[in-house]
Amino acid sequence: MWKNFPLFPERASSLAGQVDGLYFFLVAVSAFFTILIFVTIFIFAIKYRREAHPNPSHIEGSLPLELTWTLIPLGICMIFFAWGSLIYFQEGRAPKGAMEIYAVGKQWMWKFEHETGQREINTLHVPLGRDVKMIMSSQDVIHSFYVPAFRIKQDVLPGRYTTTWFHPTKIGTYHLFCAEYCGTQHSGMIGEVVVMEPAAYQAWLVGGGAMASLSANGQQLFLQLGCATCHRTDTQGRGPMLAGLYGKQVQLDDGRSLVADENYIRESILNPGAKVVSGFKPIMPTYQGQVSEESLAALVQYIKSLSQPQPGEPAGNRASLQ
Amino acid sequence: MATAVQPVVERENYLNSNYGIKSWLLTTDHKRIALLYLMSITAMFWLGGFFAMLIRLELLTPAGDLVTSDTYNKLFTMHGITMIFFFLIPSVPAVIGNFVIPLMIGAKDLAFPRLNLASWYIYMLGAGLALWGFLLGGVDTGWTFYTPFSTSYSNTHVVTVAVGVFIVGFSSIFTGLNFIVTIHRMRAPGLTWNRLPLFCWSNYAASLIMVLGTPVVAITLLLVAFERLFHIGVFNPQLGGDPLLFQHLFWFYSHPAVYIMILPGMGVISEVVTCYSRKRAFGYEFIALASIAIAVLGFLVWAHHMFVAGISMYSALVFSLLTYFVAIPSAVKVFNWTATMYKGSVRFDTPMLYAWGFIGLFTMGGLTGVFLASLGVDVHVTDTYFVVAHFHYVMVGGMVLAYLAGLHFWWPKITGRMYPEPPAKLSALLVFVGFNLTFFPQFILGYMGMPRRYHAYPPEFQVLNVLSTAGASVLAIGYILPMIYFLWSLRYGEDAGPNPWNAVGLEWMTPSPPPTHNFDETPVVTWEAYDYEHQPQEEITIGH
Amino acid sequence: MATSSEIQTAERSFQHHFASIEQQRDTATFGMWMFLLTEIMFFGGLFCSYLVYRRTYYEAFVEGSQKMNIILGAVNTAVLICSSLSMAMGVRAAQTGKPKLMVILLLVTILFGFGFLGIKAVEYHEHWVNHEFPGPNFHFETGDPAHPATDPLHTQIYFGLYWSMTGLHALHMIIGIGLVTWLVLAGMRGAFSPIYYSPVENVGLYWHFVDLVWIYLFPLLYLISHKHSG
Repeated sequence: MWKNFPLFPERASSLAGQVDGLYFFLVAVSAFFTILIFVTIFIFAIKYRREAHPNPSHIEGSLPLELTWTLIPLGICMIFFAWGSLIYFQEGRAPKGAMEIYAVGKQWMWKFEHETGQREINTLHVPLGRDVKMIMSSQDVIHSFYVPAFRIKQDVLPGRYTTTWFHPTKIGTYHLFCAEYCGTQHSGMIGEVVVMEPAAYQAWLVGGGAMASLSANGQQLFLQLGCATCHRTDTQGRGPMLAGLYGKQVQLDDGRSLVADENYIRESILNPGAKVVSGFKPIMPTYQGQVSEESLAALVQYIKSLSQPQPGEPAGNRASLQ
Repeated sequence: MATAVQPVVERENYLNSNYGIKSWLLTTDHKRIALLYLMSITAMFWLGGFFAMLIRLELLTPAGDLVTSDTYNKLFTMHGITMIFFFLIPSVPAVIGNFVIPLMIGAKDLAFPRLNLASWYIYMLGAGLALWGFLLGGVDTGWTFYTPFSTSYSNTHVVTVAVGVFIVGFSSIFTGLNFIVTIHRMRAPGLTWNRLPLFCWSNYAASLIMVLGTPVVAITLLLVAFERLFHIGVFNPQLGGDPLLFQHLFWFYSHPAVYIMILPGMGVISEVVTCYSRKRAFGYEFIALASIAIAVLGFLVWAHHMFVAGISMYSALVFSLLTYFVAIPSAVKVFNWTATMYKGSVRFDTPMLYAWGFIGLFTMGGLTGVFLASLGVDVHVTDTYFVVAHFHYVMVGGMVLAYLAGLHFWWPKITGRMYPEPPAKLSALLVFVGFNLTFFPQFILGYMGMPRRYHAYPPEFQVLNVLSTAGASVLAIGYILPMIYFLWSLRYGEDAGPNPWNAVGLEWMTPSPPPTHNFDETPVVTWEAYDYEHQPQEEITIGH
Repeated sequence: MATSSEIQTAERSFQHHFASIEQQRDTATFGMWMFLLTEIMFFGGLFCSYLVYRRTYYEAFVEGSQKMNIILGAVNTAVLICSSLSMAMGVRAAQTGKPKLMVILLLVTILFGFGFLGIKAVEYHEHWVNHEFPGPNFHFETGDPAHPATDPLHTQIYFGLYWSMTGLHALHMIIGIGLVTWLVLAGMRGAFSPIYYSPVENVGLYWHFVDLVWIYLFPLLYLISHKHSG
């Protein structure tokens, strides 16, 4: 809009235009009703002022009017509700095949790790035109990952993964803010998202020299931490097999069942006693305090990779963390 | 020939019936207790305003150069705590409600006068403890005390201040309890529910919320204190605690709390608009029932503060829908107030000016709430200055204006004196203009992406911040003037007489100021509320 | 038929902003019921937290519950129910103009109240020396070498809730004992009569409420079923 006095941030994601559309509709309807009330009050105040209208008419009410001004606003609200919900549901479900980036928020910085193992602090490089899914957790307090240009925001919690996704549509550098108050340097926890041409992004990715991918790191940790001792590739292990686990239905020993997602894998590493798989003893030791958020991300990514279809196999219908 | 000056024999009223500090500190007269509250909350208002001034001064420049980050974080926390718990929540109920409700229903006092006094002492204890926490060094968790920051990371006086808020919650609970029982049991003969003034309906609805909601925040803050002192684990993620549980428990009260704040203000507007239109309220039953609907629905929408907190999409959907439902009764009220003026006989006295300000600004604030209820937009604007602007529109543009309207409307009844109209009208204008200048730019800042609780910000947000601070200085003048002329009126204001506005209502049928026992004889009510049709027309000559 | 001294007593207690002593009584009782409603909401937050964590960490809660002393808990439940009986009988005595009997029954109620607190103190001491209090010194063992603790981390939350919920309840008991003591002193001065006994009735309501809270706490904290694990 007006370059010198902008009323909204740049639109740099596929959903930004939709959010703006709903916003402007809300602005228009609100402006209409606001002006309606202001003008009506103004007219009544002048037209019926004491000097001009000394004898009031004693009207009690009007049922038709009450119904009108109850049902019409309700109807308009339902439009806002439906439109807003549609956008929200799109925002809440990352498309399949999205590129995954792990983010760790900590007082007072953002740490990112790409699937290829590339790490960044406070600056996030992403390619234009690809779906990008953020899998995020916090090392300490609640933070919030907010990119105004993409119109997305998601709180980042300790003890749990939350996700958000976006599809960048414009080259540029955009603000990344922490939007949940997190202490002294909350306003300093600012970063940038750099959207690059896909070729430039590829170049940047390999620019730091060869490095192990996130899941390769995870595999190394899996061996180092002794996981492979019990979680074997055959059925002889004291722990359940992990191949094909991600996205599958799991039966627990207390009768509950759930779908194995990132949070389930994470919880099973940090607090194995909370959800024990049916048919197995609760003997897995906890790794709480022994693995950092980054290591957790690597382990989770490795275990997820055990469910990836081999070349030639059709991709299964995987439920992933929404 | 010189005329002898006759000594004026002052009629006995609640102000002069007893002198001495003990007669005030041990009073059980609801009118005196209302004045005790008036002094306390006015002091807290200026403290909260002082914090606001420092915040706005800091935000004049993008860099954090006025105060340190830690200090800034304490400033916005203490501003929020002081204004919400120690000013807004008690304002209309404890000052105006306490004074006016027994008069409006023809009673001699509230149901439990000693409990009323206890409520004030509990308020002072809670305020004292919170202030002590502020003086010791303050608290920096935000008024929302989110865990685990407040329980495991903050190094400030969280427990002291949280316990102070815990204690003042009981003041609110007991006031609400008193109002509910009073309105049920102490109405004068003939005063049926559908003849009850709408101010009583609104305070009744707000009292229901006070009684049912406040205990939940009380236990929540107590658990935060236990977590900090004893590490019980309920909110500590490292022990398996869930930070979202805190948010659910906290907002279960804190959302209805905003209706505790606004409903009494809406009640004031109903009284003022009817009086200065000289007409009964348009759609009386609808306004009354809308108050109850807001109270009930208000308990069902709390998680709209948590749309991006990590709740499921389906939860969010339900809460978004319910939030739209709770918006409707407020809209109904706005339309009914406007319609009350239709073919009325309208006066432009100061209370009416504030009422118009309320209707306009509350409409804008409420409509921006509708923006926030819309999930897709909320994701972008939550935790930004858009939300800050929204709640200041409803709480300041709405509630504070309603409080000022009520103070001006009932000032003659409370003090027996008229305030001076010209400076009062000027103040109303300054408040309206200053307020909009302060907070409208913040809507734009929010949509542009400026997060809230930011000490320093990117330079492109500066222009709007400067505009906002400029507006705040105008607003401040608008607040200072009433302090001056209200005090002036105590000495030099015109005698008000029992009914300077020629209003309909039992409170206008006693002398100003009223005697301690309110009515010499219990009135018997045979007329409908706002029965202006049968009220003799008299010219209002006082003060004009 | 009220005696003249009973009428005099009632007149001394009549508050003049009320239209009649009946209005005063009705209002006082209504007020107490409203207050109990706020107490339900107050404890409600704790019960809600309990329900959420019990569902999430069921095994931890089961194991924590095994360390509760069911005998002492059951005895305490019986003690409280008896105290409610004596309290109700005391209200009846006040209502029927038997002030001396009322005082005796209220003293019995206080005795039961102290009995409850005493047993609770014994239980608290036991838990304390077993390191079953949350914080840096928390250490949980099931006491059965064949079944080691499955989820000791989250059993700390169980104990956190145990201490909070029973502690808050005990605080309400202490306040209740204080109120009943006040009634005893006032009753000994002849403050109550068949015309004016609403303080006794309303403190009775409060006492029954505190009893009721315990009736919920006992099964929820002490009786979480033990499931044989494979």
